[in-house]
Amino acid sequence: MSATIFEKGMNGRSGSYLPPNDCPVGDLDLAAPRRGEIGLPRIGEQDLIRHYVELAGKNYHIDKGMYPLGSCTMKYNPVINEELARLPGFAGLHPAQDEADVQGALELMHRLERDLCEITGMSAFSLQPVAGAHGELTGMMIARDWFRRRAEKRTTVLVPDSAHGTNPASVAICGFTPKTIPSNDRGLIDPGALAAACGDDTAVLMLTLPNTLGLFERGIERIVEIVHGAGALVYMDGANMNALLGIVRPGAIGIDIMHVNLHKTFATPHGGGGPGSGPVGVREHLAGLLPVPRVVESGGRYSLSDDRPETIGPVHSWYGNFNVLVKAYAYIRSLGGEGLREAAENAIINANYLMKLVSERYEIAYPGPCMHEFVASGSGLKRFGVRTTDVAKRLLDYGLHAPTVYFPLIVEEALMIEPVETEKKETLDHFAGALSAIAREAQEDPDLLHKAPVTTPVRRLDEASAARSPQLCWPGGCREP
Amino acid sequence: MSYVQNTDADRLAMLERIGAASFEDLLEPVPPAVRAGAPLDLGDPMSESETAAHLRALSARNIPAGEMASFLGGGIYDRFIPATVRYVLSRSEFYTSYTPYQAEVSQGTLQAIYEYQTMIARLTAMDAANASMYDGATALAEAMLMAVQVKRIPRVVVPAALCPRYRAVLCGYAAGKGIEIEEVPWGEDGAIDPGALAAALREKAAAVVLAQPNYLGMIEDAPAVSEAARSAGSLLVVLADPVSLALLSPPGEYGADIVVGEGQSLGLAQSFGGPLLGFMATREAYIRKCPGRLISATTDLDGRRGYTMTLQTREQHIRREKATSNICTNEGLMALAATVYLASLGEDGLREVAVQSASKARTLYRMLAPLGSVTLPFGEGFFQEFVMNVSDPAGFAAAARARGVLAGIPIGDGFPALGAGAMLVAVTEKRSLADLELLRDIAAGTGGAR
Ligand SMILES: Cc1ncc(COP(=O)(O)O)c(C=O)c1O
Repeated sequence: MSATIFEKGMNGRSGSYLPPNDCPVGDLDLAAPRRGEIGLPRIGEQDLIRHYVELAGKNYHIDKGMYPLGSCTMKYNPVINEELARLPGFAGLHPAQDEADVQGALELMHRLERDLCEITGMSAFSLQPVAGAHGELTGMMIARDWFRRRAEKRTTVLVPDSAHGTNPASVAICGFTPKTIPSNDRGLIDPGALAAACGDDTAVLMLTLPNTLGLFERGIERIVEIVHGAGALVYMDGANMNALLGIVRPGAIGIDIMHVNLHKTFATPHGGGGPGSGPVGVREHLAGLLPVPRVVESGGRYSLSDDRPETIGPVHSWYGNFNVLVKAYAYIRSLGGEGLREAAENAIINANYLMKLVSERYEIAYPGPCMHEFVASGSGLKRFGVRTTDVAKRLLDYGLHAPTVYFPLIVEEALMIEPVETEKKETLDHFAGALSAIAREAQEDPDLLHKAPVTTPVRRLDEASAARSPQLCWPGGCREP
Repeated sequence: MSYVQNTDADRLAMLERIGAASFEDLLEPVPPAVRAGAPLDLGDPMSESETAAHLRALSARNIPAGEMASFLGGGIYDRFIPATVRYVLSRSEFYTSYTPYQAEVSQGTLQAIYEYQTMIARLTAMDAANASMYDGATALAEAMLMAVQVKRIPRVVVPAALCPRYRAVLCGYAAGKGIEIEEVPWGEDGAIDPGALAAALREKAAAVVLAQPNYLGMIEDAPAVSEAARSAGSLLVVLADPVSLALLSPPGEYGADIVVGEGQSLGLAQSFGGPLLGFMATREAYIRKCPGRLISATTDLDGRRGYTMTLQTREQHIRREKATSNICTNEGLMALAATVYLASLGEDGLREVAVQSASKARTLYRMLAPLGSVTLPFGEGFFQEFVMNVSDPAGFAAAARARGVLAGIPIGDGFPALGAGAMLVAVTEKRSLADLELLRDIAAGTGGAR
């Protein structure tokens, strides 16, 4: 256990970071001034650095080892990209600067938009959404305004039961009603069921490709045909685009709107929960609805334009997570088209290989070739009184990170595993070896799993009491010191 | 450059183990007609040195505000950032980790967010804060949705002196739920017109939004707005500048129900406007309606203190379409930056940042006031930013720019009532007296070189 920063430095001495004030403060006469202290620490710099380095030591992270979280695409984050994004010519720009002073930034954004169009086959991209869910919401706003402009009252969005939770949530926030469509016994959208669900009030089918089971929708052509036939749009959650780079271009197969996650497919780090970036791409007929401002180029000069009468308006204070865009752009340049395809191929080979190894001890939810990830099930261990949580926690004792667990919801005791392309064969062998050993332990000594983890900075936490009476703030040494 | 580490031999061995003759076999589920016909046309891969040179060349085509005497603000400020912030942010234990789903191996991130939540709650004098939102604009939009959810009234009242981009984002979020947004104009002093507020509140509203200070820089009469909201049965949503809270009465003390804001000022680079940091704090009564992640202290099996995500039944991965928000990935690393910033500066340092910003802004205001070439429509009741009018804002900005000064943001387009020559001038602690004198000289038409 580490003491909080408050315990370490409520009454110490902070560093000094500012030069003396060279302007008079004498009559700084503010209405309603703050009385009393805020309750911020007073801590010396050495102890402050020690504190955060101590905390750092308690984190698992990609630079430490494999991070097979399904759906999260935890690939290596190239260190050069971090360095480039911190260049003062990028990091020091104010978004309201004169366009003449930010030509390089606008050019980078424009090029990145073109690159994303090439990769996905969409006609136009907006880089403004700052996360996948933000991209989904932006996409739903585009669909909403598209139908509103056409005076069509369509209120339902179809969402497969395997979808990520953000999908139905984004749909609902945008004022649509999500309608769940069940997956068939192969884990796919059943075209018959889709056709039955699709009607005059259907605005959008929101699908994930490959889906969250790691499966490619074999019937995609028919699916798109059905949805378009009903006058609705097809939205693709592109969180899993890592499987499709250079292999499938969604715009070319009739996807109308999609987002990509730069913090997954394009190797930008997750930052312990963000920042991300979820650019939204559309086909030609929807291009006018994208958020403003748009980056436009004319004769080698770049500018920002708000002049789009059909736009849904902005979805962010400024232009999105620019610093993340820089890293993704650098990544695309480093890999080129060839490298992106190589990434997808290796992601797919790695997933199929690992699935093969894991299948020796665990049931695979939907056998057959997978794309970049697969879902195993811990249900076979239930007879030993062991659950998927226990397997996940035991993996931590092996010095590894757990896969995504209990998602997708349609697989019992799900273990969703995405190895990503940057891990090599030996690393996968090691991971599969740990999972096998754990399956053996489950049979021979299930208590090892129930008690796990024991090698981590803390053991299992009491989530129930946290939920019953959450303690969201450090109570000590507060406003009146 | 390739980051793939498998060798050809590895791949062959893996394919063999899988039982596939070639990679193509694995693509069997992808119908041939759906596959891309041609390789991606993205140019050849670049070596690391080529990528670096290319990006350096692009960055060299920018002239960063950070290297000029910048008076640009409007939500993004040129502040001094202690090296401690960059150091902690560059630790890959933090930046290459994922959302802390496996709490036992994420205690570093979890504790840092807990400290962040504590600091935001203390700054705002609220009961609790969440783990971050995307930015100030979407945090405000989520606060609106939350208030409408609590009150079940699809109407909110907002100040006209609100950042135009925030207003536009709010409208986008409001449209889906059919929420009506009513604007209250500012009065002669640049603050909310109390009569107009009272009139707007004759009809029921879920919330009154108070921007403190408002977009024109002015400090509002928060207790009066709060009282108006309270007596009309509306929630009070405060959009607060976090640095100003070191000097101004905190929203929790005048009755705020939800406090949101843009946290860029707390140690984040300007970075062309992103990533930013939306913060949100609320009262205990509304925590279960709050969007986003929450971290709670708890104990582990051995009774040791530890941290975990909590009240997840509000969130999309559990509640799906009934979730309080769709947010998943947030701005976690930026919350860490704010935490290290606030810890580094500490109680006294943050106050000093606020005092220097406010006193320097006043000094500049008083330097400009006597000039015939400039008019200042409002009084000194601002925090660190004020409106000034010049006859030719573009010419003025260009003259300043030539002397290494970014004079302010032209806001005449967004606020026609202020006149075409209106500019928003922000002064942070980083501006020196010499910078202020230079801007004054330029405004007076007598500027020297910086
Ligand atoms: C399939 C899928 N969709 C959507 C999301 C949401 O993306 P974000 O967390 O960036 O909002 C994720 C990841 O969390 C995902 O895996």
